[in-house]
Amino acid sequence: MKDATMSLPPSILSRPVYGVLAPRPGLAHLVIADGAGAGAVADLFAADPGIAGRAHVLYTPGPDGGDDWAVIEALGAAQAQRAASVPTLLFRLARVLLDAKAGTQCYLAGSEGLIGQAERDLMAQGVPHQDIQKEHRGSTVRRVQCVHCKGITEAVRTDPFVCSHCGLSLYVRDHYSRRLAAFQGVCIDAEEPGNIPPAVEKFA
Amino acid sequence: MNAKLQVRVTEVEALNPLIKRFRFVPRDGGLLPAFSGGAHVVVEMEDHGTRRMNPYSLSSDPEDRTGYEVTVRRDDAGRGGSLYMHNHVAVGTEMVISHPVNLFPLDGRAKKHLFLAGGIGITPFKAMIHQLGHIGAKWELHYASRNPGLCAYGDLLRGPVQFYYDDDKSFIPLKDLLARQPLGTHVYCCGPKGMLAWVRATAAELGLAEHAVHFEEFTAPQPGAPFDVDLVRSGRRIHVPAHQSLLEAMEAAGVDAPYLCRGGACGQCECDVVTLDGQIDHRDHWLAPTDHKTKIMPCVSRFAGRALAIDR
Repeated sequence: MKDATMSLPPSILSRPVYGVLAPRPGLAHLVIADGAGAGAVADLFAADPGIAGRAHVLYTPGPDGGDDWAVIEALGAAQAQRAASVPTLLFRLARVLLDAKAGTQCYLAGSEGLIGQAERDLMAQGVPHQDIQKEHRGSTVRRVQCVHCKGITEAVRTDPFVCSHCGLSLYVRDHYSRRLAAFQGVCIDAEEPGNIPPAVEKFA
Repeated sequence: MNAKLQVRVTEVEALNPLIKRFRFVPRDGGLLPAFSGGAHVVVEMEDHGTRRMNPYSLSSDPEDRTGYEVTVRRDDAGRGGSLYMHNHVAVGTEMVISHPVNLFPLDGRAKKHLFLAGGIGITPFKAMIHQLGHIGAKWELHYASRNPGLCAYGDLLRGPVQFYYDDDKSFIPLKDLLARQPLGTHVYCCGPKGMLAWVRATAAELGLAEHAVHFEEFTAPQPGAPFDVDLVRSGRRIHVPAHQSLLEAMEAAGVDAPYLCRGGACGQCECDVVTLDGQIDHRDHWLAPTDHKTKIMPCVSRFAGRALAIDR
């Protein structure tokens, strides 16, 4: 699936949609990607050779294990760091944001979980979400919050799925929270306990 | 519109030879509606047969609901609203003002608020600084004026404030200033047109987030050549003289027309164009260029040509 943009079917208004990263003028370029997102970063750098010299790239393998670090390494960014996981990438991001200046362009690419969490942290810093560029590539697995116990389950593949915190069977809605960086999961057998349809593999 | 506010002037202070501060309190005592920094009110004036309705930013502390204050610069070349305020409004004058409307609010997402004021553009920032002071948020003001004598409130502003004076050839070091701001800073600019354009272009060049740069857009309507307009729904034709706006001409003719800012920023008075044979002089910040053949903002925009009919 390398470099392939999986199409996301049309849905309700709160379901995020993604664009294509485009170069914008900036004093610095902060690029955050996972997995197949490396392809979008490569396309961005190719579109404006001036970006590399002012770019700081934070990269981690995708939820499907796909690791295109070699692609990132070859781009010649002023700084590029490979994190072992999304949480360790976000830890590094927090440090980067301490010194980031107002003229920093923010680009996110890869899976929805990574894009959403990086966007959440940038928003907390005061960056308007409309000004953060996002391009989805690769895996479509979801980060879902259980509306009952509030626990978040990463890399959800099936609908319904079992909440990794409270054990309820959850229906995966397209309803998304930018603040939580998660889709909403709702108990599927609340009316008829035990009547749980078989799990269907919906996200890959 | 809601019922208007009936107020009395209790203080008039000349801050300098060009700028006066006015304080309005409710005629029936009590408290005025709450407002937030950046809000304006429309002040109505009966100027010897001409009805003037000018928007002025509130410059007082939003926590103080016993009165509102506006700060007015006398514009000798303007249409007369500021001259009326300066020459005819005194302590005891009874006036009618609108409820406050805020088209230039603080953005609560900001980690830091950076204010850029040019001349009388200080007015909304004075209220915002009061407001941020109450919650302890981080701000910084850069205030350019002609000289210390025309720097309204210069003596009252305390904290992280930098002054710049044209007469000393000292200017806001805009590029350096914006470049050194931390990510998450929101920039607010209120001042003359040229200053807004300068800030807009510099912020874009440096790559500041578009939605983190805010402008006080509304401007007093400027005079222009007179013209006639057909009001289709009202079934009448009106004349718009050189020193009146189309909105004011409709109001003078007794045609009900909605409005909020009267300065081309809020979109409230938007009218559909029914017939157009000529050129609309669009002077607003509201309509997209794609709407320029089909809509007009009567608060500021004018017309030249053979025929204009609007749906009002």
